[in-house]
Amino acid sequence: MTGSNTQITGAEMVIRALKDNGVKDIFGYPGGAVLPIYDELYQQDDIVHILVRHEQGAGHAAEGYARSTNRVGVALVTSGPGATNIVTALQDALMDSIPMVCITGQVPTSLIGSDAFQECDTVGITRPCTKHNWLVRDVRDLPRVLHEAFRIAQTGRPGPVVVDIPKDVQFALGDYVPPSPINEQKSYQPKVHGDLDAIRAAVEMMKNARKPIIYSGGGVINAGPEASHLLRELVQLTGFPITSTLMGLGAYPASGENWLGMLGMHGTYEANMTMHDCDLMVCIGARFDDRITGRLDGFSPHSKKIHIDIDPSSINKIVHVDVPIVGDVGHVLEDMVRLWRASSAKVESKALAQWWSQINGWRSRNSLAYTPNKDVIMPQYAIQRLYELTKDRDTYITTEVGQHQMWAAQFYGFEAPNRWMTSGGLGTMGYGLPAALGVQIAHPDSLVIDIAGDASVQMTIQEMSTAVQYEAPIKIFILNNQHMGMVRQWQQLLHGNRLSHSYTEAMPDFVKLAEAYGCVGIRTNKPGDLDDAIKEMINVDKPVLFDCRVADLANCFPMIPSGKAHNEMLLPDEATDEVVANAIDSKGKALV
Amino acid sequence: MNAQHQPTGSAYFLTQETQQSETRTLSVLVSNEPGVLARVIGLFSGRGYNIDSLTVSETEHEAHLSRITIVTTGTAHVLEQIKHQLERIIPVHRVVDLSIRAREAGNGKPLERELALIKVKGVGDNRVEALRLADAFRARVIDANTEHFIFEITGRVSKIEQFIAIMGPLGLVEVCRTGVAALNRGSEGM
Repeated sequence: MTGSNTQITGAEMVIRALKDNGVKDIFGYPGGAVLPIYDELYQQDDIVHILVRHEQGAGHAAEGYARSTNRVGVALVTSGPGATNIVTALQDALMDSIPMVCITGQVPTSLIGSDAFQECDTVGITRPCTKHNWLVRDVRDLPRVLHEAFRIAQTGRPGPVVVDIPKDVQFALGDYVPPSPINEQKSYQPKVHGDLDAIRAAVEMMKNARKPIIYSGGGVINAGPEASHLLRELVQLTGFPITSTLMGLGAYPASGENWLGMLGMHGTYEANMTMHDCDLMVCIGARFDDRITGRLDGFSPHSKKIHIDIDPSSINKIVHVDVPIVGDVGHVLEDMVRLWRASSAKVESKALAQWWSQINGWRSRNSLAYTPNKDVIMPQYAIQRLYELTKDRDTYITTEVGQHQMWAAQFYGFEAPNRWMTSGGLGTMGYGLPAALGVQIAHPDSLVIDIAGDASVQMTIQEMSTAVQYEAPIKIFILNNQHMGMVRQWQQLLHGNRLSHSYTEAMPDFVKLAEAYGCVGIRTNKPGDLDDAIKEMINVDKPVLFDCRVADLANCFPMIPSGKAHNEMLLPDEATDEVVANAIDSKGKALV
Repeated sequence: MNAQHQPTGSAYFLTQETQQSETRTLSVLVSNEPGVLARVIGLFSGRGYNIDSLTVSETEHEAHLSRITIVTTGTAHVLEQIKHQLERIIPVHRVVDLSIRAREAGNGKPLERELALIKVKGVGDNRVEALRLADAFRARVIDANTEHFIFEITGRVSKIEQFIAIMGPLGLVEVCRTGVAALNRGSEGM
């Protein structure tokens, strides 16, 4: 046989393909069906493997890694429970468009379909929660599939992919083929350049707008740092106000003059009112999620809408738009900025000035206000102090899901893209801690903080052990109010304040827990002690569990109650118990 | 404003759907690889779209391409989403809305044919009547003994529906249908 000297095993091909696709770190957990790959990992030094404590942790760590670097995150897990445990992270990555390659082991091809030990239909289970997946039955297909997996994960609208490799294929010998610069796949050709006529029409509309707004999203972050740069340039050129989704924070700096804050359910009053009253909306890399739009028939009723998105299925999915532009945000913004400069038309500067004075009126409403407290730490205050004490450092923030996540989005100012990792679409409690681990592995010398809630953090807290093992000094800043705060808030809004199972009666002692894991525990419950405690947390060169005891029953405002429109916000100073109890009507109650 | 254009997508969609549903025939060209049909069907069930009929077979052996013909019902908005969502599936090469193409070309509807096998059991007058009607519908007898016929009938969906309905009282036992195969008129391919 020719070439038998150069033939290598499927397991070896996996390692070669990872290296050839620029992978440096992977997150995983071994098991019977991936042992050949783990054996190959053992015999090389180029790829660092981070051993997590649960496969979901591997998935979220890969997500955090990907989001903070704009590279592909890689996870390696075994068959059966290994694969099913990572499903949550796959769906999370799918909804937030995070590039991830997940390699799963599978029982040998001869046993597939026989209900073998640790067998599951991995491609069947992960089909709806991946961008694409493969079961590789023949080692000859393996190199091609692995390279294709990396290409599909990171091109077009990024997303997670799964490559399922039976154990016998990992042992089988075959010829390795390096990645080819030529795209052999005919059926998948994402469009990156926007239609110039559409962009020209958009520029024309922008020049004539009297009440414009730019509404940007996670697509700007995904398009790379250059896209954020172009977005800033566009804002500066146009003088338009800008708001962003949860996923898009940092693309435009929070300290920027034109920044209105986040929009949507817990967005600022000025952002939502500007959206509601505008005559031109420029949506850049966002997808009109229900948390953004509120009640649809009251959503920005008087505006023309321009929508830039790389995914044609996002266009007209929720909201009808007037000028759709399908393409990569970076490329489209480049053309848009160029055409803007070339166009001789002038902006409606007088109308714009009037628009800004109206916006400043909304701004002066100070919708993020909360009542300070000398004795109890208000959760908003904790985030503000955390921000003040970390903003001048090289800081990355992740979050779990719930009130603390919204407060972090409201009160932590993000100045740059890729600094903010949060579970937006799926809303996965337990995302933040492993994501922080992934970020820290990618940025070993940076300060990585998971702003957490006491309930969320317990969903993946076992990864503290991983952080200790790899000396990843992640800081878990827990806003501990002993409740599932957002669940409790909704019960107050919707269910007569009957707090059904949203109070955690037995809470671990987070300080002792930290010590048990071999990291550092810090607790504080006095506003006066907070700054010193945060400084201590920053200065410790170890993972930290910070138990920040905050006011038990604080609610997250402002809020667009379910079933209401942008101009029907519930503002903090208006939210008396009675108003809160009656904020949502019977129709709104049925909504999520 | 926006609500009139709304699909089923949003949690905040409170007003009733006012748009008219229509039926469309889609041709989907896919790489014939394992799981591709499951991807298409999973998309329809997962997103709550209708499948009225689905036909699939490999049509270009050398290129490993299969052609899936789907008849679906929805509002114009949902139909647009279906097309875009199908195009997101990696092994999908092309999605063509044959109904729209036919309308644009002034042909009314695409050419659609379905094949059905129909078993009818009976004796005496019923048997004679069944055979007479089969002849009128140009259905062929492909199996028979003294107590039954199996008819093969090809034609538009409406013709097959009608034939099955007529056979009902004449001793209809069972029916097997292929689903719709469709092409557009003229010399152009999809």
